[in-house]
Amino acid sequence: MGTATAPAAPAKAARKPATMAQALNRALHDSLAADPTVHVLGEDVGTLGGVFRITDGLAAAFGPERVTDTPLAEAGILGTAVGMAMYGLRPVVEMQFDAFGYPALEQLISHVAKMRNRTRGTMPMPITVRIPYGGGIGGVEHHSDSSEAYYLHTPGLQVVTPATVADAYGLLRASIASDDPVIFLEPKRLYWGKADWSPDEPETVPPLGRAVVRRPGRSATLITYGPSVPVCLEAAEAATAEGWDLEVVDLRSLMPFDDETVCASVRRTGRAVVVHESSGFAGTGAEIAARVMERCFHHLEAPVLRVTGFDIPYPPPMLERYHLPGVDRVLDAVARLQWED
Amino acid sequence: MTPTAPPHHLPLAEPADRYRAMRLVRGFEEQALDLVREGVIAGGIHPYIGQEAVAVGVCAALRDGDLITSTHRGHGHVLAKGASPHRMLAELAGRVTGLNRGRGGSMHAADFSLGILGANGIVGAGAPIAAGAAWAEARAGRDTVVTAFFGDGALNQGVLLETFNLAAIWRLPVLFVCENNGYATTLPAAGAVAGGAVERARAFGIPAQTVDGMDCEAVLAAAAGAVERARAGDGPSFLECRTYRFEGHHTMERRLKLGYRTAEEVAGWRERDPLPRAAAALDPGEADRIDAGIGQLLADARTFALASPAPDISGACDYLYADGLRPRAGVTL
Repeated sequence: MGTATAPAAPAKAARKPATMAQALNRALHDSLAADPTVHVLGEDVGTLGGVFRITDGLAAAFGPERVTDTPLAEAGILGTAVGMAMYGLRPVVEMQFDAFGYPALEQLISHVAKMRNRTRGTMPMPITVRIPYGGGIGGVEHHSDSSEAYYLHTPGLQVVTPATVADAYGLLRASIASDDPVIFLEPKRLYWGKADWSPDEPETVPPLGRAVVRRPGRSATLITYGPSVPVCLEAAEAATAEGWDLEVVDLRSLMPFDDETVCASVRRTGRAVVVHESSGFAGTGAEIAARVMERCFHHLEAPVLRVTGFDIPYPPPMLERYHLPGVDRVLDAVARLQWED
Repeated sequence: MTPTAPPHHLPLAEPADRYRAMRLVRGFEEQALDLVREGVIAGGIHPYIGQEAVAVGVCAALRDGDLITSTHRGHGHVLAKGASPHRMLAELAGRVTGLNRGRGGSMHAADFSLGILGANGIVGAGAPIAAGAAWAEARAGRDTVVTAFFGDGALNQGVLLETFNLAAIWRLPVLFVCENNGYATTLPAAGAVAGGAVERARAFGIPAQTVDGMDCEAVLAAAAGAVERARAGDGPSFLECRTYRFEGHHTMERRLKLGYRTAEEVAGWRERDPLPRAAAALDPGEADRIDAGIGQLLADARTFALASPAPDISGACDYLYADGLRPRAGVTL
């Protein structure tokens, strides 16, 4: 096997409307160009450019040696990535859909997550697993899961999910550059949302583990991430009619978890609602609520509430809108934050 | 006072070397069984006794820079690839001087400096790791060969079949070595593997043969051909080594008296013990001299392991992330 020569990065672009899909594509391109050990592999990432077109053009630019179409064999693909990482490569694996990642859980949990610890730091696993996740596209259950809690419960993994175009670029660059494994969850219903963006501005590359206040407010904090960020921002705007000034914290990275930003917000507002579309029981929101309680108990005016997907398999398209946390459910939760006291 | 393991080198070039290596594995395992009984090795082990000709024969076909992935029954592979018996025994005993500073234990012992990518507690899971290492080495322009050891039980794991396919379509320099010891724990391979082992590999276009896994020289001859093919860039090969474990699947099994193997069957395989067979080919007295040397080496290894300290609890959460991150850091209750 030979080594493909990396072409020069495209010329600097001015700020212009771009989609999250374009930003992710550019992040992969720039990572491949910047580091010859980066290797993209997965189902249909080459010829097709990915079912969501995130890897579009990469195989043409960098060759099949670096952007490789694999057979439909997720456990084999991720296990192969482990061996690649042991011998000098930095694999970026695409799992075509959230639930397609489950056949690879064995390699992920038993090997990717544990290798650094087991080898006492001598064998890190610089692997990024990109997974389009979440609902809202009528995809039915195997194509609409929010699987973050499975990964979060596995020490050794990092879990990252962008909510904006700029973050999609910066967080994916940072994830690929990380020496530890990252589960990079791409909110598939935000792929086509546009924003003005240029990849060349330094502030578009946040480090992993930093949450951001998307909307400042004084009444209560909405703690959220990924596809639920736009929902919470919309809810916060609607809440002004009720007299509530809501703060919205976008976690961006679930592990590492930014306790500092979250707790600073909750200490200011005294009230918090966690919003995510994955199931509530033993979910991400449970960990967040516990952390807030452990750190901010004496600042809380009300229990931390959760607005989540129902504890059911992902429902069919005609029922999706009930399952996904929407503005009304978020505002209902805010209304239950013991304002009368 | 933490002792330091002496330098260790295990030549495999000559028949006497290979007998010595098999004696090392056999003696290591016998001593490990003692240490399990004594409570020094917690959790028990999967003894390799009876299968020594496979690990030694295959590793004798490899170069120093070649790589292996191993199994839950991995002590033989790890030792035959050259790991220090001192540090391996210390690893089993969970001591800081172990190959993985006591964190890997019996089923995750690894020594990357020797190309030992690790024993593995998940059946079949080492195969794709071998394929990935083979990909990376080939792409780097090196002619490294990667051997994936696994048992007959792994033949029914989907990931092994996935890896057959990946290695074949990408012509990876991988040697698949199936140690067919007749049983996946208690399930007889004869009734569990439809179509047969070599037939499965051949279905992927992978050259495959069955070899007497109780004959170290026969294993070496077959492995050497497969390794040469892989090193030349002609892709993967598959060896089914027919072998037998003289002990139970796991040390726990001794107490269970399961009776899934007849005494006659075990005795019949013991008559085919690879060690006397290899010893018979040596000069008179040579095997005895080798045995005495190995006995001393293993006694030293035992002393070393027992004199080594256990890990300190203060490091329990270390090495989880590059930056020392701990998920529950900051919580005091």
